[in-house]
Amino acid sequence: MATMQEVAAIPSDRFGPFGGRYVPETLIPALDELTAAYEAIKTDAAFQAELNGLLQSFVGRETPLGFAPRLSERVGAPVWLKREDLCHTGAHKINNALAQVLLAIRMGKRRIIAETGAGQHGVATATVCAKFGLECVVYMGEEDMHRQSLNVFRMQLLGARVVPVTGGTRTLKDATSEAIRDWVTNVERSHYIIGSVVGPAPYPRMVRDFHACIGHESREQMLRIAGRLPKTVVACVGGGSNAMGIFHAFVPDADVQLVGVEAAGEGVLTGRHSATLSSGTPGVLHGSLSLLLQDENGQVHPAHSISAGLDYPGVGPEHAFMKTTGRAEYVAVTDDSALRGVALLSRLEGIIPALETAHGVAWICDNAGRWATDEPVLLCVSGRGDKDVGTMMQHPIMEIE
Amino acid sequence: MTSGTATQLTMHMDALRTSGRKALVAYITAGHPDRARSAELLKGLEAAGVDCVELGVPFSDPLADGPVIQRSSQIALEQGMNFDGALQMVRDAALTIPVVLFSYLNPVMNAGPDALQRAADAGVSGILITDLPVGADPEREAWLGASPLAYVRLVAPTTPASRMAEIGRNGSGFVYLISRLGVTGAQDSLAGDLPETIERLRSVTTLPICVGFGISTADQAALVGEMADGVVVGSAIVKLAETSVDAALALVRALRAGLDTCED
Ligand SMILES: Cc1ncc(COP(=O)(O)O)c(C=O)c1O
Repeated sequence: MATMQEVAAIPSDRFGPFGGRYVPETLIPALDELTAAYEAIKTDAAFQAELNGLLQSFVGRETPLGFAPRLSERVGAPVWLKREDLCHTGAHKINNALAQVLLAIRMGKRRIIAETGAGQHGVATATVCAKFGLECVVYMGEEDMHRQSLNVFRMQLLGARVVPVTGGTRTLKDATSEAIRDWVTNVERSHYIIGSVVGPAPYPRMVRDFHACIGHESREQMLRIAGRLPKTVVACVGGGSNAMGIFHAFVPDADVQLVGVEAAGEGVLTGRHSATLSSGTPGVLHGSLSLLLQDENGQVHPAHSISAGLDYPGVGPEHAFMKTTGRAEYVAVTDDSALRGVALLSRLEGIIPALETAHGVAWICDNAGRWATDEPVLLCVSGRGDKDVGTMMQHPIMEIE
Repeated sequence: MTSGTATQLTMHMDALRTSGRKALVAYITAGHPDRARSAELLKGLEAAGVDCVELGVPFSDPLADGPVIQRSSQIALEQGMNFDGALQMVRDAALTIPVVLFSYLNPVMNAGPDALQRAADAGVSGILITDLPVGADPEREAWLGASPLAYVRLVAPTTPASRMAEIGRNGSGFVYLISRLGVTGAQDSLAGDLPETIERLRSVTTLPICVGFGISTADQAALVGEMADGVVVGSAIVKLAETSVDAALALVRALRAGLDTCED
């Protein structure tokens, strides 16, 4: 029997009004099972030891915190980079994929389902499945398969089956729906590894916790190396996992500003964007109540971004909550600015960032002057840009002045 | 039927059960393949032997639906169908059999606080929301429960008995039992554990039980009719309606004939 304390310790399935479990009835027992398994591993020393060991030896944690001298000069404030791009497979996504695969094995599920947009979550999941010999099925929108063909091949090389999704807008939104449909159909032997802090409870909290190492490491590294906490923490927001991962440890530090950078696409006013937090309204998609891009009839509005990983009309419920409470600030950066962000980080620091990350770079540069010369800015470099080179090649190389 | 109420659906389903007639519940997507043919199909269902219509209010991201209803929803949306458009169809059809709206939470929520009253005024008797399981959102469930509409709830093969009882207590009209794991869409065979699932559900609720998901032929309908109070057929009708309303209605008549072979 659970004691009162234990009952109280089970986290609610909401963040203020946001979150919840808006899914077909068929999935409720699976979500209950997952919640119980997740609560159990939190205090399971053997599980944590295995996870931490693999985060070190397989993923390459802890990732470095590096000072960016030339970027800092341009911004007029010290900029620090948390190098998630140096994680195995090239992005933060593997923190979550690894932890969830270990959890799935605990639950006796040897078939893994994932959705992917940029392909980074798909590659991370395929990688860990290969390592543990699990069956892996990845749903990917047909349009994203073209944009990110390199990652499609990587997943296939790793032994995953990549299923093209041809419904709707053929991007991440539809891939997520299709992954959920697969889960409803094969729920008894499959685990669904969702790739961001979205979906029904317990996913948003669980995925956040699996990425919280980013913020815990950064906070300790800032204190140790920079000698103080950052003034501002900046991260790009698609579903919001790298942002929640780096924000979480800083939430109690009231003086630390948290800034999430969304994709403004061709401009928020054009309607072709993915700036859910900036311009969305409350709605239910993929199992949770959050902010959503939608029309007056409650139909989901197609998102747009040059970066497949940000091209999503929803966002994690905890971000919607932090926007409402004002704990975090959310801004948006256009496709063009993101391309400039790529050029800036490449030319100034020798790091070709993912297009997603480049949104954060661009926002920091566009806001030079916001910080005093001794106020550090911490950027989560969520991923490296190799996967985006094909997209970048369609645009002239930007010169930076 | 001028004004729909929960009691109407409940009385209708109970009367069917008393008379030994198995309920044929037909799902169609409002506005598919276009408004005119959708209206023609809706009107035709009654004469073809349907006892209750589930009218789908299309949603852009129907994650409980298979390819056929995904496509019908997309087509209906492209032609401008929405919540009030579906209500207008119900008003115009003026059926004597009850109509239950079938949708997802987002389009229903967005139709406004008085959406359920508007539906009742249009002649709708009940509502079913596929992505709002029991206990998921007490506030919105209370809104649905307090409305004039019957609140039809779903039970899945994975639902434990204790939860089935809770669903029975929280629903009205009938219980919609999902026949198998998966999304909507025709299947060649029925789930092997269906009889046990029906028995488990019977032991915890007195509501009539209608079984849906995957039923597409008269033989399947007859098989399920032996065990349950009714069957729900959707994708098989919608697929035929894509090209021919007559073909869809012919299937409905065949399903009726199949169900009528059931002994009670
Ligand atoms: C490198 C990188 N950064 C960011 C994202 C966006 O996801 P999230 O907002 O969950 O961090 C992605 C998604 O694919 C990604 O690949």
